[in-house]
Amino acid sequence: MISNRSSRVDLRAVKDKPAVGWLSMFMLAGLLLGVVPTDLNAQGKLAQIKPSFDETGHVPPDTTVPGPRSNRAEYIDLGALVVALSAASYLSLKARSRRGIMLLSVLSLLYFGFWRKGCVCPVGSVQNIVQALTDSTYAVPVAVLLFFALPLVFTLFFGRTFCAAVCPLGAMQDVVLVKPVKVPIWVANTLGLLPHLYLGLSLTLVACGAGYLICRYDPFVGFFRLSASFPMLVFGGTILVLSMFVGRPYCRFLCPYGVLLNWCSRLSRRHVTITPEECVQCRLCEDSCPFDAILLPTPERNSEPRAKGIRRLAVMLVALPVLAAGGAFLGSRMAVPMSRLSDRVQLAERMRLEETGRVKELSIETEAYRRTKEPIVDLYREALAIRGSLGKGGWALGGFMGLVIGGRLIALGVWRSRKDYVPDRGECVSCARCFRYCPVEKKTAFTKETIS
Amino acid sequence: MNEEGKQTERREFLRRCLGGAAGAAVAGVTAAAASRSKREDYVWQIDPYKCTQCGLCATECVLNPSAVKCVHAYALCWYCDLCGGYHQSYTRDTDTAAEHQLCPTSAISRTYIENPFYKYDIDEEKCIGCGVCVKGCGAFGNGSMFLQVRHDRCTNCNECAIARACPSSAFVRVPASDPYILKKPKQHKADSDQ
Repeated sequence: MISNRSSRVDLRAVKDKPAVGWLSMFMLAGLLLGVVPTDLNAQGKLAQIKPSFDETGHVPPDTTVPGPRSNRAEYIDLGALVVALSAASYLSLKARSRRGIMLLSVLSLLYFGFWRKGCVCPVGSVQNIVQALTDSTYAVPVAVLLFFALPLVFTLFFGRTFCAAVCPLGAMQDVVLVKPVKVPIWVANTLGLLPHLYLGLSLTLVACGAGYLICRYDPFVGFFRLSASFPMLVFGGTILVLSMFVGRPYCRFLCPYGVLLNWCSRLSRRHVTITPEECVQCRLCEDSCPFDAILLPTPERNSEPRAKGIRRLAVMLVALPVLAAGGAFLGSRMAVPMSRLSDRVQLAERMRLEETGRVKELSIETEAYRRTKEPIVDLYREALAIRGSLGKGGWALGGFMGLVIGGRLIALGVWRSRKDYVPDRGECVSCARCFRYCPVEKKTAFTKETIS
Repeated sequence: MNEEGKQTERREFLRRCLGGAAGAAVAGVTAAAASRSKREDYVWQIDPYKCTQCGLCATECVLNPSAVKCVHAYALCWYCDLCGGYHQSYTRDTDTAAEHQLCPTSAISRTYIENPFYKYDIDEEKCIGCGVCVKGCGAFGNGSMFLQVRHDRCTNCNECAIARACPSSAFVRVPASDPYILKKPKQHKADSDQ
């Protein structure tokens, strides 16, 4: 304790008033070196030699080394994931049971969330995958690999059934949804770009060695563990309150893994349908989806002349590379603010402020770094390396965002005729809410019952 | 077959192809990640020779209390009567009175062995990993107390929250087969020689 205090006083004092500072340092050093040990020595209480224990023959015990938890828990998790994914796919596609999906999502919330504390989760696993691809010293556990791949594979076959009832983050938002409000379509479309940015940014950060952003801002892991930093709890609490009125705000407007699931779901083999048979266009399901994932039938004919549409598409296609290039340039300019998300860069910047005298107070982190006796230049060099690689990563991130925005504009501008009410394959999470609004569903259920 | 039916079929075919490609991509990325990473599982550990006992281990861990605990290398300990890791630095009384103890949670117990030697044990149930005793032991004693990640508690997070906060880069990944970096008497000798 004394040494800690003295060093703290020294550094500050030296900066303020050199003469007094040195004096106080010498006094404290004297106190430390001279007074304390001699005093203790005089009392003979601080042993100076290795004890021999001649009288009692005491043998110093070994330091205990409890081993890592066995992998069994991970394999149980994997088994649970497969079972839950299969059950969710069966319940939404085959059994078409909202009650079953609801029950399963509560179970998933309890098991993957509160029991397993929300870790490993597929949402964060994308970061491990990227780290394994970019950092050869990193070992990605088998469980994490499969947590990444399995939901995507299931989505390629059955749609986003993972989101419906397996993901604890989705389940958390789903169970508190009491009064869904319709989000204006332009707001939803604009906010829908955020997950792409979040995915791109966090993967860029991982590739540049700047840490795991997704885990740091996991909305509910603080609730699962019943402990988290204050900003994390505020963020999670906000999302939770918001999700009472807006259907799954994290899933739709932030979840980075949702981007991959969205892509896979668009290409899925099978997908839930609102009606089990022929759509009768009764419009009853129109407002049933709290996530605005039902596509309405289009008018018979496109009122717009064909030539105009083609011209717009051509403009968009030309704009696409321009957007990508512009995004890439913009992204590369973002290296400095992006690098501030890295703790190492934060430490280096703080150190720089202290070294140049712009900040008088030492932070606990810089103080600990100084105590390691590592040269401060090394820290600067490390931070600059991260910033440099983020400059390159920024190009990729910006280019990706340009493509995403361009692609979305093209998709919005292209006419697709639809006769029936169908789920938007990308956005639909197969929650089965719309089923019970369908009169055809009721009719088939009734017929089945009467036959049996 | 009418025009519309053909179009749907074409679309369906295209989607199947793209779906297959996406499946292949997922499998490929997973396989690449698996093959490019090391075989053995790794866990987090503190290098006690780099640790500066800044105290962040106690507050940054996602577990509460932290999975970092003070461990004691008895072979290094001098069994002092007045222990730098056990007693407040200002005290001259070597009793077990609470006001003389350094540990904020009273997790260290002191047992009499023989004159003038006392054994110090750490109760990991109480220890919060603040490192106050480690600092004291290093300042006045041998440094036989040091911080370690206890793997019976650690959940081996994706990105260890303490590792991210650790200013002295003392957190390292070590093979799961050899998950501790313990201080050994031999190394202590090398230290004191320097």
